[in-house]
Amino acid sequence: MTVHTTSPQFKQNATRALHDVQLQKALNNVKQGFIDKRQAAADKLPEFEALRDSARDIKNHTLEHLDLYLEAYEAKVKASGGHVHFARNADEAREIILKICREAGAKTVTKGKSMISEEIGINHYLEANGITPVETDLGEYIIQLRNELPSHIIAPAVHLNASQVEQDFRRVHTHLDAKRDLSEPVQLLTEARAVLRERFLAADVGITGANFLVAETGTSIIVTNEGNGDLTQILPKTHVVLASIEKLVPTLEDVSQLLRVLARSATGQEMSVYTTFSTGPRRPGDADGPENYHVVLIDNGRSSMLGTSFEEMLRCIRCGACMNHCPVYHAVGGHAYGWVYPGPMGAVLTPSLIGVDKAGHLPNASTFCGRCESVCPVRIPLPKLMRHWREREFERHLTPASVRSGLNLWGFFAKRPALYRFATRAAMATLGFAGRRRGRFSWLPLAKGWTKHRDFPAPQGETFQARWQRERSRRTA
Amino acid sequence: MSARDDILAGIRRSLGVKGSEAIRRQIVQDRLERAPRGVVPARGQVSGEERVGLFKTMAEASLATVTEVGSPGEVPQSIALFLRNHNLPATLRMGDDPRLQAMPWSDTTLEISHGPSGGGDLNAVSHAFGGVAETGTLAMISGPENPSTLNFLPDNHIIVVSAKDITSDYESVWNRVRFSFGKGGMPRTVNWITGPSRSGDIEQTLLLGAHGPRRLHVIVVRE
Repeated sequence: MTVHTTSPQFKQNATRALHDVQLQKALNNVKQGFIDKRQAAADKLPEFEALRDSARDIKNHTLEHLDLYLEAYEAKVKASGGHVHFARNADEAREIILKICREAGAKTVTKGKSMISEEIGINHYLEANGITPVETDLGEYIIQLRNELPSHIIAPAVHLNASQVEQDFRRVHTHLDAKRDLSEPVQLLTEARAVLRERFLAADVGITGANFLVAETGTSIIVTNEGNGDLTQILPKTHVVLASIEKLVPTLEDVSQLLRVLARSATGQEMSVYTTFSTGPRRPGDADGPENYHVVLIDNGRSSMLGTSFEEMLRCIRCGACMNHCPVYHAVGGHAYGWVYPGPMGAVLTPSLIGVDKAGHLPNASTFCGRCESVCPVRIPLPKLMRHWREREFERHLTPASVRSGLNLWGFFAKRPALYRFATRAAMATLGFAGRRRGRFSWLPLAKGWTKHRDFPAPQGETFQARWQRERSRRTA
Repeated sequence: MSARDDILAGIRRSLGVKGSEAIRRQIVQDRLERAPRGVVPARGQVSGEERVGLFKTMAEASLATVTEVGSPGEVPQSIALFLRNHNLPATLRMGDDPRLQAMPWSDTTLEISHGPSGGGDLNAVSHAFGGVAETGTLAMISGPENPSTLNFLPDNHIIVVSAKDITSDYESVWNRVRFSFGKGGMPRTVNWITGPSRSGDIEQTLLLGAHGPRRLHVIVVRE
């Protein structure tokens, strides 16, 4: 499968994003909204930190026994009358889904929000095969109209302003009165609700993702606020669940632990509005619900992350807290990252899934401020994992020659302490002397990248090591 | 090799295991059997009046409205009043839950219809399997008694819950599900509902009634 990504052009993407006035306006909503709401929700629950530990441990335990839990889960789904399909990669997943849709005689397919469905690019594939996919999450619907990827894993259209959505609705909903008022967000919502209601009722197949899968009962779980995922799965005759293999947890008790941290970390809600536990197809006597229930379990690179330092990334429950708290994400938004997963979790996951040769810029686009790790509900050490990618990138000689020679030069001195001290002392003394009047430089040789945007503060003429020596000998004297 | 076997083999290779190790199998079996509780917040660990009170507070915080009645016989009047107060038509759709069937609907002028929703119903009532005080969440179970479509398609959803079915935490709901469906068994669908449908997808503005009900009204039955 060819992955469509602009991750290799991260730097150009970022520059463009920084100059995009509409985007910068929209990104303000991220900075203001999510952080305070998450903090308030965490503060209201004294057990929140203990629940984060519990969530981490559950995920670790499951990953360590993933083969066995997958077998147990599969047996339970079959026992409840459902079908389980395994897909090694995106190509296999798309073929399986198309086959199910064909067997159902599907013309249109409604979809709940699912990141794995973005990862395998199912929409374009279905379209190319004559089946119309309709995204039903409001944000996903909007970006589908714009032929864009989501810019955030829980708020796909967070990069847009209401006026842009209005333009898209007027462009696409041509059957409605051209003079209608759409100046308020609520009018946009009402219009989308009415348009999508028809689509829900007409769909032949409903495709959802899964926030979790429960081995104990063979249950798939979706979490939404809109209710779109539920209408997607209860109205059509066939429900297809797409899930990557690491979504598994052992029991209903375990998933209850994870649900207690998911919404609080994501939107600051105590609990999302709809948490739906689905087990198999319609039962005897049921008056509604799907007649066929399929689960497509997708590996697509996960199994080879197990047993490596990147195994910890498989704990991720896709809450979005890391990007909500990331200064780099706040500055450039999600599209700059160039593929499905943005922000810190994307900077770790994307190189694993599409290769560090393509996505090497992403783990470099971090200030290592550590906010992502400090809010991650399953305590993934995101900065550490980004550092691992930087090391791998260096080992594989993917780092640009100028950076490599700079690091080599520094390494030469660092391994020779006497020389290092001599050289840094000389450099600091020179810089301190040259900058003694203004206390800063507006231009420095070899530092144009810095001084183009801001002044470089002048050193005070002494190295840290020299001062440390001096202070210590003074105190012990 | 099938995709299934290939994936399982890949996982085992990465984990450095064979899959046949008795001790790993035992650990997994035990976990599935015992289903240990994790950290259960103290907030919900109250009983009686206090628990019902917490449920109400949390449900209202999720933007549901809550009212209490003394007995099942008062539910129809309470629903008629709710609909009148919100200027809504006196129509109501419901499944064949025996608890709802036993209520005196003829005391009201409500026009009652039965069965799942086809998308044209404005108002529906369902009976909850239980409620969770911790977050004001309602637990609904699919079936002809309370068809799942009633939870999502109508504009106004009314949920009746018995005060005695309001538990402290989610774990207690699972215990009751296991009691009814057997260990490892589940109804086709369990819906946890916490407030009316909403979206924040346009400029992070909270708007109610995205695809599901615009209003969620909860009636707690005391008796």
